[in-house]
Amino acid sequence: MRLGLVIDLDTCVGCHACAVACKQWNTSGTTGPLTDYRPYGEDPSGVWFNRIRHYEVGDYPNSKTINFPMSCMHCEDADCVTVCPTGASYKRKEDGVVLVDQTKCMGCNYCSWACPYGARELDRESGTMKKCTLCIDRIYDESLAEIDRQPACVITCPAHARFFGDFDDADSEVSRLVRERDGMQLMPELGYNPTNRYLPPRINTPIPTDDVRRPSLAGKVKQWVNKAVAR
Amino acid sequence: MHPALSVIFFTVTSGAGFGLYSLTAVLQLFRLGPSLDRTQLLVALVTSLVLIIAGLLSSTGHLANPKNAWRSFMRVKTSWLSREAVLAVAFFPFAFLYLIGVIFYGAHVPIFFVTMGLIGIIFGFITVFATGMIYACLKTMRQWNTPLVPANYLLMGLTLGALIHMAIEAYFGADLQFISGVAGTALVMTGVMKGIYYFWIDRVSGPTINTATTFTRARVRLLDTGHTAGTFLTEEFGYQISEGLRSVLRTLVFVLGFILPLILVALAAYLAPGAGAFALAVTAVVSSYVGKMIERWLFFAEARHVVNLYHGAQHT
Ligand code: SF4
Ligand code: SF4
Repeated sequence: MRLGLVIDLDTCVGCHACAVACKQWNTSGTTGPLTDYRPYGEDPSGVWFNRIRHYEVGDYPNSKTINFPMSCMHCEDADCVTVCPTGASYKRKEDGVVLVDQTKCMGCNYCSWACPYGARELDRESGTMKKCTLCIDRIYDESLAEIDRQPACVITCPAHARFFGDFDDADSEVSRLVRERDGMQLMPELGYNPTNRYLPPRINTPIPTDDVRRPSLAGKVKQWVNKAVAR
Repeated sequence: MHPALSVIFFTVTSGAGFGLYSLTAVLQLFRLGPSLDRTQLLVALVTSLVLIIAGLLSSTGHLANPKNAWRSFMRVKTSWLSREAVLAVAFFPFAFLYLIGVIFYGAHVPIFFVTMGLIGIIFGFITVFATGMIYACLKTMRQWNTPLVPANYLLMGLTLGALIHMAIEAYFGADLQFISGVAGTALVMTGVMKGIYYFWIDRVSGPTINTATTFTRARVRLLDTGHTAGTFLTEEFGYQISEGLRSVLRTLVFVLGFILPLILVALAAYLAPGAGAFALAVTAVVSSYVGKMIERWLFFAEARHVVNLYHGAQHT
């Protein structure tokens, strides 16, 4: 099994709901709490597994705003695991999920240096490294209904821009999406072979507007009356 | 990268210690240069061990959770940090046996202790190499991901070691002809290597914001980072150094680290052994040590982690 996420850059609206849901679920999860520093101060900061950034791609008028959620990619060749001197960072053989054993980590930051995607954040309170667990305590929870055994970010996404599944299974939804929509890896040249994939925006033909009928005179009067009449 | 003082002190100081140890042992075992007596050898060896231990202790200073530090010996198979820790510890038994040999037999150590000294040298060298590889193995930082880095760590350690060795010899009024040649050569080689390194890292290459975001056929600009205050990522990786400060510091690295010590070493070699030569040699050590601390600080400050691409940097 090779579990991971597919993120659709076409439909992500950048609402940060996934990040909030992640924080909420995981702060009481296996690697929680996700400490906040100065939560009511001038510059609140803290540990997040998932961050959303916003980019402009292309030049006006042919530009597009892209919202870009990022969390751990659960890389196949994860240097964060290779470099960890304590063995606290490990990649599970059975499903490829990369985790940090909180009882073994010595907080040397070395794994965060090795991760190109900024997926790891040191919790200054506990002195240990924290990162996305793919909601490991949720996706295997037999007491939950089948549909709820998915990462919190996937369930909560109102735009349905996130998908979770097994990339080793050619028939899974994630494999199908990657196949059909050219799922991309981030910075493939570094050779980490990240499991998570990103679906590029669809190329839509613009909806033609030149054949839209001009409103008739009666129509214009109606429109004016509608605006003028107080509700 | 955010420069951490404990790591800077650690790499410079323990590197100097390993350099001093190796040089002292090599010179004695192969009977190079003026032969040192028991006291002189002891001073050199003890100084080197003190430097190494002080460096290693300070390296734990940057751990957020030091109570798990003992676990860092666990992953020798994959992690250079682990290898470094193990090698550094493996060095000590051999170094101490050699030290014992010197204590009992002075300048004429028997073959067993000579062997121990040689093994110690090897472990010392691989330890410093491993320290360099901790940085050189990271694909995320182009400025570190080069064989020049371990080479630089080894040469820097050797240079400082040679200068300290020279100061010790000067203190005891020994003839400085030979050691000043060693120190001068080391200074020149290390300086040239550093120059090559600076030349190399000034070129732009590696991942760009385009490959980082998959949009390789258009310009990509950051609109918003999605957070209102600093995060671990911006604090650890967002450190930026201004062009002006960088050139000033690079100049200082060469002036304090190499050029001034080279002049002082040459002057000391021409003086008759005595207080004057010793003062010059000590000044050379201090100047070079300060230069190397600046060099190491720059080594961190100039390294740009690829995660900065997601925060708007166009290339690394
Ligand atoms: S995204 Fe980073 S933390 Fe996650 S597996 Fe890859 S290298 Fe490791
Ligand atoms: S911070 Fe923790 S998990 Fe990361 S490399 Fe160090 S010991 Fe391993």
